[in-house]
Amino acid sequence: MDLTLLVALPVILPLLFGAVSLVMLNNHNVQRWLGAIGTASILIAACALLWQCREQGILVLEVGSWPAPFGIVLVADLLAAIMVLLAAITGFATALYSLKTVRKRFERFGYYPLLHLLLAGVNGAFLTGDIFNLYVWFEVLLVASFALLIQGGERAQMEGAIKYVTLNLLSSALFLTAIGLLYGLVGSLNMADIAQRLTQVEDQGMVTVVAMLFLIAFSIKAAAFPLFFWLPASYHTPQVAVSAIFAGLLTKVGVYALYRVFTLIFNAEVEFTHNILLWMAVLTMLTGVLGAAAQFEVRRILSFHIISQIGYMMLGLALYTPLALIGGVFYIMHHIIVKANLFLVAGLIYRLRGSFELKRLGGLYKDHPGLAVLFLIPALSLAGVPPLSGFFAKFILIKAGVEVHAWWAVGIALLVGLLTLYSMIKIWNEAFWKAVPEPAPAIPAPGRNGLLYWITGSLAAMTIAIGIFAEPIYQLAQQAAAQLLNPQLYINAVLGADSL
Amino acid sequence: MTSLLAILIGCLYAAAIYMMLRRSVVKLVIGLILLSNAANLLIFTAAGLERGVPPLIEEGQQVIAGTAADPLAQALILTAIVIGFGVLAFAVVLIHRACEVVQTDDMNEMKGTD
Repeated sequence: MDLTLLVALPVILPLLFGAVSLVMLNNHNVQRWLGAIGTASILIAACALLWQCREQGILVLEVGSWPAPFGIVLVADLLAAIMVLLAAITGFATALYSLKTVRKRFERFGYYPLLHLLLAGVNGAFLTGDIFNLYVWFEVLLVASFALLIQGGERAQMEGAIKYVTLNLLSSALFLTAIGLLYGLVGSLNMADIAQRLTQVEDQGMVTVVAMLFLIAFSIKAAAFPLFFWLPASYHTPQVAVSAIFAGLLTKVGVYALYRVFTLIFNAEVEFTHNILLWMAVLTMLTGVLGAAAQFEVRRILSFHIISQIGYMMLGLALYTPLALIGGVFYIMHHIIVKANLFLVAGLIYRLRGSFELKRLGGLYKDHPGLAVLFLIPALSLAGVPPLSGFFAKFILIKAGVEVHAWWAVGIALLVGLLTLYSMIKIWNEAFWKAVPEPAPAIPAPGRNGLLYWITGSLAAMTIAIGIFAEPIYQLAQQAAAQLLNPQLYINAVLGADSL
Repeated sequence: MTSLLAILIGCLYAAAIYMMLRRSVVKLVIGLILLSNAANLLIFTAAGLERGVPPLIEEGQQVIAGTAADPLAQALILTAIVIGFGVLAFAVVLIHRACEVVQTDDMNEMKGTD
């Protein structure tokens, strides 16, 4: 088999399983099996892809054998391969979690096909090397996420969905506008080709304008300050499995797009663009964590923390030094697993207690000490307590900030870490530590939650493993960051070495 | 022609944003429709306007002689129209359901999840 075909597998597999799953819409058992097997197969493909990327460098597939820059290319550099693997892990965990938690009614409305479609969109966005194709994958994952978000049709879901849909469509329109202007400037859609031709554009001011349009469009998707309002309004409304995969993946597609575009294409006016990114990153961290401090519902607290964590990832890009990019990539790896896991744990709390409201929770540590441990690992990792994964992620970023004397950013990053710890301790105190509130809420009939414990346990084990084996993960992030900082590697891989 | 279209596109964007800032959800969707049309027209204009020169290669030639209309921009717009249509169809159904469930079309009344 041609090795480059491996690049297409993470996109083709979910589309294939999604299509079959759609045909078998009335057969619940087959759908559930397809959900588990499909996501497992993506996981295997993603592992193989990352392995090959490390062995052979950047892999490029020219779709339909149309040579770049004329045809669409799929490109797997290390960052893309890492993201695909993380998406596959989250997808697999969520699909298994869904087996136990998603109601039959939602399965009949196409839960599993939508899940596959969402994964196809996410993986496509990570792997494509064509800017318009990126827009198309964004729309694919958006449409799937719209439908997943409103499954259930409750009032809160509708209200949240209107904001989610509106702001995401606004962002798509801005993205499309930016693509149109960029195409007008350089006459190409292939990202490597654009990067090369942009240096010859006379009107560099126009290039910066287009860069800002991309920045706005992607930062809406990534839920960065000041355009994050759709996220806390909507992420806590759907089923927990859906919240988990949204929290793990969707905003990170926006972050990935920022990383891709602002390292490969718009890397000429770094003082200007990345300075704006720095301010956005700092404000995103701060507003997210302050928003979380005011919330008393587990999923809302976690939603606001997604925003503040996005700030850290943008910080890595904004500082734009080798170490900072390593920190950013490391942070993404740590964050996706931890965040998805926290939502899954929140789902377990709901299954055991029938509520997400901190006021109505309590006594979980006494009744379910195992769950308490499973909560504590990702929660402390999110706050950055050593030796868990979050500590190393924050440590690298803060060290990078100190190196370039970005004291403001460093100070706020440390403060936000502290406030994150405060939020996590708030959940711990209220849900686990304090006594069961009076009058005792009706506890739902105990179901069998063994599988759910295994899933969250495995993700927690991954968090610990990233912390303990930080060195090899650091090296992986280092290689990914080296590729990002040397865009000529990407350009040569896509267009051939003698392209200039 | 280009400047005329540029003014038209600017007006469309302005009208779209204005409609999206209104309180009615129906106007919100109208704003989204205008916005996607404005973006499509912008691609069309930014790629360069060429009237009456289809991008056809003469028999026996390998490349187009002289200038011709850019077919790629039109392909992009076609894709964007199809995607936009699908997404807006979803948005229309969504606001219909939302109005049924929430019993109002006023965005200010839909603050339960903020």
